[in-house]
Amino acid sequence: MSPRVRVRSCRRGVSGWRGVLGLGTVIALAGCGGTPDGGRMAATEGGVAGGSGEAIPAHAPERFGFGASADAARVAMWDIDVRPDGTGLPAGSGSVAQGREVFTLYCVACHGPTGTEGPNDRLVNTEQWDAYPTGRAVGNYWPYATTLYDYIRKAMPQLTPGILTPDQVYGVIAYILWMNEIVPEDAVMDAQSLPAVVMPARDKFVVDDRVGGSGPVR
Amino acid sequence: MPREEGSKLSRRAWITTTSGVIAAGLVKTQSDAIRLVAQEAPVSASDPTRVPGRLVSGIGSRAPAEQPRRLVRAEALSSSSRTPLADLMGTITPADLHFERHHGGIPDITYENHEVLVHGMVDRPTVFRMSDLTRFPQVSRVQFLECSGNGGGVYNRDRMPTEVTVQALDGLLSTSEWTGVPVSTILREVGVRPGASWILAEGGDAAVMSRSVPLDKVMEDSLLAYGQNGERLRPEQGYPVRLFNPGYEGNTCVKWLRRIEVTDQPTHTRDETSKYTDPLGDGTVRQFSLMMDAKSVITFPSYPYVLPEQGWWEIRGLAWTGRGRIVRVEVSTDGGRSWVDAQLQGPILPKSTVRFRHLFEWNGRDTMLMSRATDETGYVQPTVQQLWEARGPSTSYHQNHQRAWKIARTGEVTFGLGELV
Repeated sequence: MSPRVRVRSCRRGVSGWRGVLGLGTVIALAGCGGTPDGGRMAATEGGVAGGSGEAIPAHAPERFGFGASADAARVAMWDIDVRPDGTGLPAGSGSVAQGREVFTLYCVACHGPTGTEGPNDRLVNTEQWDAYPTGRAVGNYWPYATTLYDYIRKAMPQLTPGILTPDQVYGVIAYILWMNEIVPEDAVMDAQSLPAVVMPARDKFVVDDRVGGSGPVR
Repeated sequence: MPREEGSKLSRRAWITTTSGVIAAGLVKTQSDAIRLVAQEAPVSASDPTRVPGRLVSGIGSRAPAEQPRRLVRAEALSSSSRTPLADLMGTITPADLHFERHHGGIPDITYENHEVLVHGMVDRPTVFRMSDLTRFPQVSRVQFLECSGNGGGVYNRDRMPTEVTVQALDGLLSTSEWTGVPVSTILREVGVRPGASWILAEGGDAAVMSRSVPLDKVMEDSLLAYGQNGERLRPEQGYPVRLFNPGYEGNTCVKWLRRIEVTDQPTHTRDETSKYTDPLGDGTVRQFSLMMDAKSVITFPSYPYVLPEQGWWEIRGLAWTGRGRIVRVEVSTDGGRSWVDAQLQGPILPKSTVRFRHLFEWNGRDTMLMSRATDETGYVQPTVQQLWEARGPSTSYHQNHQRAWKIARTGEVTFGLGELV
């Protein structure tokens, strides 16, 4: 990796952005935006990202000094995402049995008693999806178990989002994974065990290979 | 009617006050005039050159007979409304008709209290208030925004509708002049650290909408947009600030933006794994399919319009591509057997919609209208068969294939793609 951030010019619609899919696998991704005015972006120096010539005049200062410094406590207040390697997972734990109680209280109304009845998204399916979108569920489609934590903590239950404690979130994830036959009934989810869960759909996900141009339709 | 609210004096009040009534001393004040008018029987339409018109007002409104509306499918927290494409002209979408797609409803956020936290692999983690963001050098660009689920109603061979409007089918598309600060300016301010390759953008709504976007993309041309068609962003479009990634699927343009984390990997959030991904025919799933490829739709004539007579008609529509500029739009009036170049209305802007038109003499027979766009990379809008062949039957996002409208002998227009597959 280059010791500095490098922003590439896009040449007539074909360029590349580098992405990391999965854990630590660096893959070159095709399919950049390719603006006709692509040449205006310059390589950057010293870790300072280059600005758009459209926006920043040459006589602009290196830094404007707008905004307030965010200390660790301020960042921690909002830094709630969880990544596949477990980064961001809080302390706490929950078992399948504890999760069953949480599920009954908060989830059944929208997802059904077995996570298949709806009316909202189907959560449980151990078979290959047969039809879009009804067949897609955690068990056969979600590539990472950590995504459950990221999403449930942020957006569930729908009418009272953010209400669940870490123990409850871990528990309900354990229960959902158990219903999908991914973890055993005595499983306990925490910051160590959750990222270690290998989801059935993990290896199905591939990089977008559409590149524009007159080649084959993708 | 809303238009009356801003008007101090109605037309009939004016008629009254300019008649002999006032001279007789019966009406001394404006409210006397209005009271008097309210007791009158409705007057018939009069010659508008013979009576003064309404007064100026603090805010304008549409003509009473012109009341386009978004199409609301389901009144739910996670739902959408669609832009009435057939009612619009040119390329700009009036802000109050811009399509909506929310996942947890529209939050109430005040401009004064809103903050955007930028942190992660940066030298100076910083909290910006709106007064900070708007002080940075500003840019404005006319660009389209399209949900990648747009047109997903016709991904399925067995469920191809005929009585569907262009609004219901492709109304998750709008075009605005967006104003804001380039993300590159903000990242320059905080200093991106070596090794960074992605950002996570997160909203302050009840869904805490979260999407990962490649760093190269946001450095290229993304905005923190706070302006829309000359005014501040509408609440439905992310007030007071949203991420806007030109040419990328709408869901990545996170509304009500409250946080950007610079990272060295995507976060694999729910909306980039279980949603907004494309199951392919070989059992794999295409992920981070962010680019909106070239597409066109004919907006006139379209269902439920009925051509009242044969003769000269102008076919009109919109074309756009996330990869830059549209260079060509072709129109077919025989179901795709032959094609002619449509006229493109300049200026043709990158990552924006372009209006195309083709003058056509309808001979009164069964006719199938189609359009196909070509972008500057040489990409030609594919047929639906080509997409099905390439992707299999399960992908409903990114359905940018050619559409078709059938004109029957009666002049009735219906969605005709089902007859071609």
